[in-house]
Amino acid sequence: MELLFEKSVTGRKSHILPECDVALVKPSVQFQRVQELNLPELSENDVSRHYSALERRTYGVNNGFYPLGSCTMKYNPRINEVTASMPGFTEIHPLQPDHTVQGCLEVLSSAEKYLCEITGMDAMTFQPAAGAHGELTGIMLFKKYHEANGDTRRTKIIVPDSAHGTNPATAVMAGMTVVNIKSGEDGCVDLAKLRAAAGDDTAGLMLTNPNTLGIFEKDILEITKIVHEAGGLVYYDGANLNAIMGVVRPGDMGFDCVHLNLHKTFSTPHGGGGPGSGAVGCKSFLAKYLPKPHIVTEGATLKQVYDCPDSIGKVKSFYGNFLVVLRALTYIHTLGREGIAEGAAHAVLNANYLMKKLSTCYHVVNKGICMHEFVLTMEKEAKESHVTAMDIAKALLDKGIHPPTVYFPLIIPEALMIEPTETEGKEMLDQAAEIFISIYQEAMKDPERIHQKPETTVIGRPDEVNAARNPILRG
Amino acid sequence: MNISSNLKYTKTHEWVEIMEENRIRTGLSDFAQNSLGSLVYVNLPEEDDEVTAGEAYADVESVKAVSDVNSPATGMVSLINEEVLDAPELINEDPYGTWLVEISEISEMVELMDADAYEAFCREEE
Amino acid sequence: MGNYISSTKSQSREMLEEIGLSSMNELYGQVPGHLLLHNNLDIPEGRAEMEVYDMLKKTADKNHIFPVIFRGAGAYRHYIPAIVDTVVSKETFLTAYTPYQAEISQGILQSIFEYQTMICELTGMSASNASVYDGATAAAEAVAMCRERKRTKALISAAAHPDVIETIRTYCWSAGTGMELIPVKDGKTDLSALKNMLDETTACVYIGSPNYFGMLEEVEEAGALIHEKGAKYIMGVNPIAASILKTPRECGADIAVGEGQPLGMHLGFGGPYLGFMAATKAMTRKLPGRIVGETFDSRGNRAYVLTLQAREQHIRREKASSNICSNQALCAMTAAVYMAVMGPEGMQEAAYQCMSKAHYLADELEKAGFSLKYTGEFFHEFVTESPVDVKMLMEHLEQNGILGGLPVENGILWCTTEMNRKEDMDRLIHLIREVANNGTTI
Repeated sequence: MELLFEKSVTGRKSHILPECDVALVKPSVQFQRVQELNLPELSENDVSRHYSALERRTYGVNNGFYPLGSCTMKYNPRINEVTASMPGFTEIHPLQPDHTVQGCLEVLSSAEKYLCEITGMDAMTFQPAAGAHGELTGIMLFKKYHEANGDTRRTKIIVPDSAHGTNPATAVMAGMTVVNIKSGEDGCVDLAKLRAAAGDDTAGLMLTNPNTLGIFEKDILEITKIVHEAGGLVYYDGANLNAIMGVVRPGDMGFDCVHLNLHKTFSTPHGGGGPGSGAVGCKSFLAKYLPKPHIVTEGATLKQVYDCPDSIGKVKSFYGNFLVVLRALTYIHTLGREGIAEGAAHAVLNANYLMKKLSTCYHVVNKGICMHEFVLTMEKEAKESHVTAMDIAKALLDKGIHPPTVYFPLIIPEALMIEPTETEGKEMLDQAAEIFISIYQEAMKDPERIHQKPETTVIGRPDEVNAARNPILRG
Repeated sequence: MNISSNLKYTKTHEWVEIMEENRIRTGLSDFAQNSLGSLVYVNLPEEDDEVTAGEAYADVESVKAVSDVNSPATGMVSLINEEVLDAPELINEDPYGTWLVEISEISEMVELMDADAYEAFCREEE
Repeated sequence: MGNYISSTKSQSREMLEEIGLSSMNELYGQVPGHLLLHNNLDIPEGRAEMEVYDMLKKTADKNHIFPVIFRGAGAYRHYIPAIVDTVVSKETFLTAYTPYQAEISQGILQSIFEYQTMICELTGMSASNASVYDGATAAAEAVAMCRERKRTKALISAAAHPDVIETIRTYCWSAGTGMELIPVKDGKTDLSALKNMLDETTACVYIGSPNYFGMLEEVEEAGALIHEKGAKYIMGVNPIAASILKTPRECGADIAVGEGQPLGMHLGFGGPYLGFMAATKAMTRKLPGRIVGETFDSRGNRAYVLTLQAREQHIRREKASSNICSNQALCAMTAAVYMAVMGPEGMQEAAYQCMSKAHYLADELEKAGFSLKYTGEFFHEFVTESPVDVKMLMEHLEQNGILGGLPVENGILWCTTEMNRKEDMDRLIHLIREVANNGTTI
């Protein structure tokens, strides 16, 4: 398929702007651009057809099953799109005076109230634009807190080896060093190792619960206690909140700070890789460090306050991805108290049901009940028949199913991480199980064939070695 | 597994060629390049950088992974192989003919194995 | 109610049976009993879709939509061609995830590749990433790109957008590296002060042009100074202005960053917006975040993939230079569609109109007693003094449906885009004269 640039025809254009109704003023010669501006010249029809063709070469939740572990690809409700398109929200300039944006401030304030209630936190910021951004903000809060206490020795962040790569990368961006602790045989935090690692140089622990294997850390109260007793704080990576939202609260488990992925747990769409929103909630003792401005209530009105002397500053311009937060609020209004807990329970039910069905031939890592996701391993098959997790993923592409997450978490070789979410019906899970199983059986019969997959997609397996060795990053 | 008999080896699969008393060249063994897979990029230190025996001084990237390369000696980087920066695949194609850096002013070395000992070591790792 | 769960109660029972459980509660057997909420969340009950719509419409109606806007300062109201929203509302683009499986994501990957190419064309640079969160974080990430062992200090123009300065300040504090502000003289970065500040510990210098006050900086002279002292040059640009101004490449910049919101994104009370980052060939591998590259597949077809992934956090973990995981994919697509439908001529037309209208307004304001605060050339924003009480002026304008310029220290920061018609500007002047004539001069 051609690039927009390759469809360009000199002289082709649209008539978007009227003629200028004032005298033309150009920059003086010293400021003028000399380099030609080679953007494609197209008609609107060209653009329309181009993107329709690109749409056919993309796979969304609207196309089918999308069991990407840890991404929570649940259905994105359309009412969220409707509210996020209301001109009363889209046409609002971020620097309008407070009294003209009471609706926007109400959205942020309500979202804060409800999400604090769901997470067991006391205050929240919506400034971070994504999960990783939220993590950085949270660890910055820890840093500021320890600095304020004169605790400058506390420069270590403890991270389990099952953690998402953003966790250690975040710690380093916050000027900390990472202490990796090896998980126990059951995939959970090894308490002995944690006790050994926690000390007076510990700034904090970053933890996901349930963890990246889909297992609930049953010793969570002991874990947070150990870190607190050592003088550190505990950070909740909210990527897996979908398993427990409305059922258990991170704040009750001993976490001091959480980030939420609104684009995972709270149904805002992924957009092909963003925009998301990494809301950060914290207990009251950390609230004064949150990025500015803070929203405060003064009588019947809401105000934005910049005079926050203890704030870490800003992590982004303006207030965050407002239109994304609005979508999450719409979702919370729709689900309500019961719907949220019900969603979590069904996410867990669906995962266990699918896991049971797949356990008839796949090797399941999880023992007993899983949470909202579970992990399969192709380690044995890779050694004995050279059929890898990648092969299974590629074969699924031909069957109209988006593959699960592959090769994560790193502690499980040849991993396939599967998260069906609560919005899949029983018949889809049955169908998916059949497909997964038939692929496995075919692969065992004819391992050579599976290396050729996918065969029916618009491209076959791309040469990633070439892409990295000889980078062509523009047309 | 290819092992060059003229060279010495470290426990982390680097080979060492002793040029003079205080100067060595080093690269990655065949075992290393084979387990790393197709290499796409090499991050080398700069000339005059100091390196420490047993610690990482460079890294190599494949498509989906990064691996540290450890220094066999404490000293100073006197030369880097610029060729490998443009063609990291040389390490895969000719591991013993593709040196990464030259280290001089050596004050300490890690424990080195000769070819036979290294062969036995590799067999155990597998 | 309204929970998008497809399984009925009886289906759920069947599923529970299959896994050997008798109730949903048993799914949480691992959780310490006293932590379970048992639905005791203090949030309202769920509502029907129609009610939710009404609720949020009422909330939206509490906001004031200004029909005429003369305020920019980092968020600009441009005309968004109709096809832009049509394309980015397509369900598949909206609901897809990161294109990890290239074979079924060629649509997203190609659209990012096209976006990257367009950013390179705008900035004159060799490579662009797939975008970051916004212009301020793009600047902060660029500062991080320039850090080396001996050079860690960042010099940031005090004429940059306050949010950019604040974000860089927070990121530098976080990383434990130094940051200093380069003083402003007559609305522009004081280059002689910069010359004295540059030393062998300086990693980079950030200068935006146009800057916060709308002024065009001496970007080429700055570049020469900076490189003479061995530091890197990060240039912040406005993407609409970039179509008619000297490119960062032409000015000798090492990295070009900016806020992409003007390229088709709604004001949306501040987000989601778009951060673009482009670099010279030498600095390409230091770019954070996702990058799409071109390759071929097993059948010899041209194919697009996420590439140079070994820079990123999911592989390097604590050795990654940035923790950034996602990009702003749908916003990058928005920018690409905008640029595709505007084309080079449309982009330049929009830029000339922004600039021309700003100069018309500045002249008219001058006649009304609002003199320009700074000398020098400006793009589409400028600062004037105010001979009338600013608060009163803004209130009067608001009552007449106009969002006036932004009150700043000792003045007002005005902005015009192609959307400000001559009659709106004339009406603004008329309203200003009303305030002035009511004897409310200071």
